Amino acid sequence: MTNGKEIKFSDDSLALVQRMMKRYPEGKQKSALIPVLHIAQAEFDGWLSGPVMEYVASVLNILPVEVFETASFYSMFNLKPVGKCVIEVCRTSSCWLVGAEDVISHLEKKLNIKVGQTTSDGMFTLKSVECLGSCGTAPMMQVGADYYENLTLDKVDTLVEKFRSEGKRKSYTDKAEPRKL
Amino acid sequence: MGKKLLLKNDHISGIQSYEVYRQNGGYASVEKALKTMTPEAVVEEVKKSGLRGRGGAGFPCGMKWSFLAKPEGVARYLVCNADESEPGTFKDRYLMERIPHLLIEGMITASYALGCSNSYIYIRGEYFYVSRILENAIAEAYANGWLGKNIQGTNYSLDLHVQVGAGAYICGEETALLESLEGKRGNPRIKPPFPAIAGLYGCPTVVNNVETIAAVVPIVNEGGDEYAKIGIGKSTGTKLISASGHINKPGVYEIEMGLPVEEFIYSEEYCGGIKGGRKLKAVVAGGSSVPILPANLILKTAAGEPRLMSYESLADGGFATGTMLGSGGFIVMDESTSIVKNLWNFSRFYHHESCGQCSPCREGTGWMEKVLHKILDGHGTIEDIDLLWDIQSKIEGKTICPLGDAAAWPVASAIRHFRSEFEEYVKQPKSIQDVKHYYRLQEAKF
Repeated sequence: MTNGKEIKFSDDSLALVQRMMKRYPEGKQKSALIPVLHIAQAEFDGWLSGPVMEYVASVLNILPVEVFETASFYSMFNLKPVGKCVIEVCRTSSCWLVGAEDVISHLEKKLNIKVGQTTSDGMFTLKSVECLGSCGTAPMMQVGADYYENLTLDKVDTLVEKFRSEGKRKSYTDKAEPRKL
Repeated sequence: MGKKLLLKNDHISGIQSYEVYRQNGGYASVEKALKTMTPEAVVEEVKKSGLRGRGGAGFPCGMKWSFLAKPEGVARYLVCNADESEPGTFKDRYLMERIPHLLIEGMITASYALGCSNSYIYIRGEYFYVSRILENAIAEAYANGWLGKNIQGTNYSLDLHVQVGAGAYICGEETALLESLEGKRGNPRIKPPFPAIAGLYGCPTVVNNVETIAAVVPIVNEGGDEYAKIGIGKSTGTKLISASGHINKPGVYEIEMGLPVEEFIYSEEYCGGIKGGRKLKAVVAGGSSVPILPANLILKTAAGEPRLMSYESLADGGFATGTMLGSGGFIVMDESTSIVKNLWNFSRFYHHESCGQCSPCREGTGWMEKVLHKILDGHGTIEDIDLLWDIQSKIEGKTICPLGDAAAWPVASAIRHFRSEFEEYVKQPKSIQDVKHYYRLQEAKF
């Protein structure tokens, strides 16, 4: 938690981070930065605050500015607070060709927010993102670790209700739901 | 039915697990390579196979491997590029999710050939759940003696790690990928030096696409000569094609190189024809970066020959009338598609994904997106179309990495083949705005 409490990884996360750092040659522990930022984002309310980035820097023994430099480059890292469920709808060609715009505008109406905004209850943030590699099962959206494919507006409604009733924060690092192959 | 090398077992229940994969001949290439071949002999088989990089560039894999510098006492790295981000491409995700051990097996065999003792699979962050599938497969491979010290009792040892990215198309460019793997921003490096000389941590490095690495398995098992018999000309072997857009059967198909495009689009074995019986308007054959072709030119070359799914046939006619096989991201557009709006969609993508290092790309991609938006909005002029042409011509070839070209080619080809449509937007903005120029989900039948 970042609201006044000490910023520190859980014991499990810290052990995982330390294992990760051993994947690289000695002195190259900065290589673990992106995976570690994913863990930090999941553990500290879904976004990377200044103090969280400073903490990650201290764990990896690098400068805070190196963490910010990297974190600010990648679209999956949130540098501002987000809702518990970040709904990311793919907007690129293959999804657009089969109705991504409708999925986006439907979600805007349903959640009563625009793309980029968060609902007032802090439950949902809506994002439109570039190609997620699910073009054959378009339109699609990602929430946390899960890909939701072959979307219809009904399917979107059902999913939003499900997320709302669960009320849980969704992270990329979550265990994904089992998928039908 | 074409020959399948990579996806021949993808329908077998439980093939994701080590046991089932092994029962179906899995890890035979590692056994063969480590116990009966020298590393050089493996490289030789890959050279003979004629395998070309499956990520998009199509560079001969054996040649890339032979460029790897081998200074004494310096570590060498094999890095698998699983950053699959080219719009329209999803074959690597399919392969990794369904047959994860095929990639692990290929990584071990290829790492042996290159003399690497630490290898990495760099996978795009959005594929987090796939990275866990790979991690499970790697753990199984360690438990069964295919990774770690003295693999299967030989002198060869290898550690293999999965590394996730965090959302950046540019990290599919190999030097940007290496920067990202080092924990930095994904800014492509100036070449030379090429990764074969100075790659990961400044050490000699080979970066290969998922499908390229997977193809090493059948090449070692059956021999490079056998692999080279499949396909056509210098396009040997099979290729995974990601088919999407307005077709009846989107999905990943393994094709023998040389399959006619017309058969690929219309036969029941592959795409199953255009959705709703509508007419074909255009195809982007190799991922968003390659030139778009109108129906007549994708089905037949300018000389009237049937266009084939191969590096050479798709490129026939150069950029004037041809395109590229690229990553095999095959996006099909029916007659209802607005080429102008699709181009705006692509240009927005490249603007969003430009790393910002080179001015022509950083500024040009944003400029093109804005001009296209102005045209779509009904405020464009004929001069804007010429301006677009001018901007793209000043990006192409003028940037550190190929993202600049990738942003320029869709614009150039759309104007080249569909200029009249741009002019319609300019001359009759009102009527165009009234047209439903994109699919509406409510009307689409699922």
